[in-house]
Amino acid sequence: MALLEIKNVTRRFGDFAAVDNVSLSIEAGEFFTLLGPSGCGKTTILRMIAGFYLPDSGQILLDGKDLADTPPEKRPVRTVFQSYALFPHMTVAQNIAFPLKMARCAPQDIQKRTRETLEQVRLADKAEHYPNELSGGQQQRVALGRALVSHPRLLLLDEPLAALDAKLREEMQLELISLQREVGVTFVFVTHAQDEALALSHRIAVMNRGRVEQVDEPSKLYGFPQSRFVADFIGHINMMDAQVIEAAHGHTRLAIPGLGEITAPPVAGVTAGGLASGAKGAFAIRPEQVRIGIHGEAAELKNHFPGEVRNLLYRGDVTVYKVHLANGLMVEALLPNSAPGRAEIFEVGDTVSIGWRHDAGVFLHA
Amino acid sequence: MRDNRSRLSPAARLTKWLVSSPPFAFLLLFFVAPGIIMVFASFRYPGEFGGLAPIIAADPNTLHGFTLETYRFFFGDFIYTEIFAKSFLVALATTLICLIMAYPLALLIARSPKNRRDLMVLLVILPFASNFLIRIYAWMILLGPQAALSLLVNGLLGAFGVAPVRLLFSPFAVLVALVYVHLPFMVLPLYTNLEKHDPALLDAARDLGANAWQRFWRVTFPLSLPGIFSGSTLVFIPVLGMFAIPDILGGTGDMLIGNLIKEQFLGTRDWPFGSTLSIMLTITVLACVWFAARLGGRRRRHA
Repeated sequence: MALLEIKNVTRRFGDFAAVDNVSLSIEAGEFFTLLGPSGCGKTTILRMIAGFYLPDSGQILLDGKDLADTPPEKRPVRTVFQSYALFPHMTVAQNIAFPLKMARCAPQDIQKRTRETLEQVRLADKAEHYPNELSGGQQQRVALGRALVSHPRLLLLDEPLAALDAKLREEMQLELISLQREVGVTFVFVTHAQDEALALSHRIAVMNRGRVEQVDEPSKLYGFPQSRFVADFIGHINMMDAQVIEAAHGHTRLAIPGLGEITAPPVAGVTAGGLASGAKGAFAIRPEQVRIGIHGEAAELKNHFPGEVRNLLYRGDVTVYKVHLANGLMVEALLPNSAPGRAEIFEVGDTVSIGWRHDAGVFLHA
Repeated sequence: MRDNRSRLSPAARLTKWLVSSPPFAFLLLFFVAPGIIMVFASFRYPGEFGGLAPIIAADPNTLHGFTLETYRFFFGDFIYTEIFAKSFLVALATTLICLIMAYPLALLIARSPKNRRDLMVLLVILPFASNFLIRIYAWMILLGPQAALSLLVNGLLGAFGVAPVRLLFSPFAVLVALVYVHLPFMVLPLYTNLEKHDPALLDAARDLGANAWQRFWRVTFPLSLPGIFSGSTLVFIPVLGMFAIPDILGGTGDMLIGNLIKEQFLGTRDWPFGSTLSIMLTITVLACVWFAARLGGRRRRHA
């Protein structure tokens, strides 16, 4: 049985359905992420799990028990708030001891567990400091320690890294991963940053307009998006309108207007001959899957087209080429600069050949 | 970074001087100077027809020069210490009652939707729109022997066979009016403080297992202490020196320091003793403020 079960939950604010018939199931020990643009309903789901909002319809079950009648203070669920919400009039140690005090633990027990947690979040030397004397990263760790000290069944994290600068954010990401592995608590993490979600999570639910678009492991989500929204939201992708010519026997043949015929991998979930020819959709392929070579060089690939370099962005580790194709499409190709002699071999205006393997890219319905 | 405070341009220095000197001069002229005059006056003899006796007298047999007489008089008679103590207790009681009444109101305003808060604050300060004395005289009618309140109280007391009481011209009337007049001075600083509290803190407390009562005592109340301190100061100090309310609504035995001082200047025309009383009052107030500031300062390290 899943640890947390969200069943057909809907929550409206006025006429606006912030969460629209969402069902999710989160396993014990998982690092689960709700990912989506702002206003997609991810924070509303988090607040419903914490108990600050009640669903208008549907159920939230923890260990199979409906939480509807349990107020937030009684749920074995803790939240790390975006602003950290540390108590400014309490020291770090007092902040961390707070949930234990509320639970009326024995004083020596409070002391022992507070000390353990301080060690765990590496703040033992800051125990007597006040939150305003700490750096952003340290405040973040106090919030984590305070939420974890009473061993919750579930830890909810509401964009906890949004306030940190890029370098610190990466540090905290690594820390979060090892902390979660260490304490074994199930994490439900909310973010709008797709790179963060990919780096941290065991599974990700991509949300859009109050609905769940796709739930998958990061690599599946990145490699096999099931909708245009997911493909577009996660990472960079080239998207072109396409029409099915034939979908069967382990491959798919697609027609791309103005470009011709390409061969694509089989469409997920479609049995042989299941997808009608003529079905419209989009072909999506990641820039790093697109090869670029001097005119005629990519010819050994099944899908190859001539084009002209219109733009290039040198990024240090890679160079991004924007290649203009005959049908007016602009395709992005990524070339690592690590290979000797490979860096910046193409200039703007060069005629090049681009192509990709027949098993790269995905076809997305409608 | 350059320190802008120590390296002002001449123009900026001139502006600073121009802006700050008028209030400075005002305070010097009407606050410091009278204070010094009062200190001197307290060490002199009263004049024969009020005012002060001369420092150098034409006739050496009349009272003149400086003396500690008034201070001897003040500490010599226990009644003055008693009036001080009573005034102190009345001020303390007023402050406490104001605090207990103002806190829920301030909390209610601070937690109301933003667009309604301004109206509520306006309602709190609306009594200031009418004259202070008129409002005090209104209480004479409200507490008078023929007023509904008196009739109700005495009716109830009569039913239990207790002798009727007089509400007006009593310590009760004084306390009611003192609380009534000073309540807004407690509500406003409290509201200003409570309004700034981050609502996420209460969510966090709740999330961490605190019930409504614990959320108040562990989070809201300690964070509102600066507001409580400033509100209490704004109520306590004026009440300590108040004379109009006991004059109008109090009985003969309800004299406070303020009445005593007023009496010295306008009644017995003993300026030196009036000055002594004023100085003792100032010292008491300063001691209270110092104490409150210390108490508040200890908690303010984190704020």
